[in-house]
Amino acid sequence: MMETRRDIFQAIADPTRRAIITLIAVQAMTPNAIAEHFDSSRQAISKHLQILMECELVTQKQQGREIFYQLEVNKMKEIDSWLSQFRKIWESRFNQLDKVLLTLKNKRK
Amino acid sequence: MSTNLKFDFEVNKENNTIVLKREFAASLELVWKAWTTAELLDQWWGPAPCRAKTKSMDFREGGEWLYCMIVPPELTGAEEEQVHWGKQVFEKIVTQKLIIGTDVFCDENGIVNPAFPAGRFENVFTEEANGITLVTMISTHNSFEDIEAVIEMGFKEGITLSFNQLDEVFRLSKSI
Repeated sequence: MMETRRDIFQAIADPTRRAIITLIAVQAMTPNAIAEHFDSSRQAISKHLQILMECELVTQKQQGREIFYQLEVNKMKEIDSWLSQFRKIWESRFNQLDKVLLTLKNKRK
Repeated sequence: MSTNLKFDFEVNKENNTIVLKREFAASLELVWKAWTTAELLDQWWGPAPCRAKTKSMDFREGGEWLYCMIVPPELTGAEEEQVHWGKQVFEKIVTQKLIIGTDVFCDENGIVNPAFPAGRFENVFTEEANGITLVTMISTHNSFEDIEAVIEMGFKEGITLSFNQLDEVFRLSKSI
């Protein structure tokens, strides 16, 4: 059987999924309540929620007879830290370039 | 020194690009020189304590910059330093304005390793007021997976910044 690869970057690669994330970041919501915010069919929204669950960005919780979807905030933080490491590499490079440029400037004087 | 200089960093998932914008407190002429001269590139391209070392630089359209990144043993836990080869192939050069090309991983002879993703880069140099120069780097990849791979690779080479951060980084790369 083919195994599809799911990860957090795939989760945020789609604009609708990003909108869902923003929506439920504020409070956990039922699939119906989420779908009301979009023009897409309920089915399409369910599919997005499914992907978000597979990426572990979203979890379900049962409350009475209803199922609520909630955001896993820690998982979101991982994305952030990951990118900030990449940013730091460039920061470090650019700071070194600042020094190189300063040396070049001083040589001219 | 660089506190007031702009540094923007953006990853666009829609079109698989990473955009970096950075201002430098130097004339366009000097900034251009630092980006295009091997001896100067070697002084800043490797994020410390990694070092970049040029093997050959042929800065013209169709030419290549072949260099290696030397990763010290204390970063990897290996006994010896590790060396990663890479090259930039220049497609279009407009002096003091623009460099377009591709970034690839290769061996010391410049033979491209197809297992690693290649990325296109477009570096735009703009002179601003008060002796400030802005560099905009747009790097485009074939897929978002490629961006992840590049980030992860930069990660491995560049987890340099302080040893305190290492544990955190390893924790994250395991959990992703």
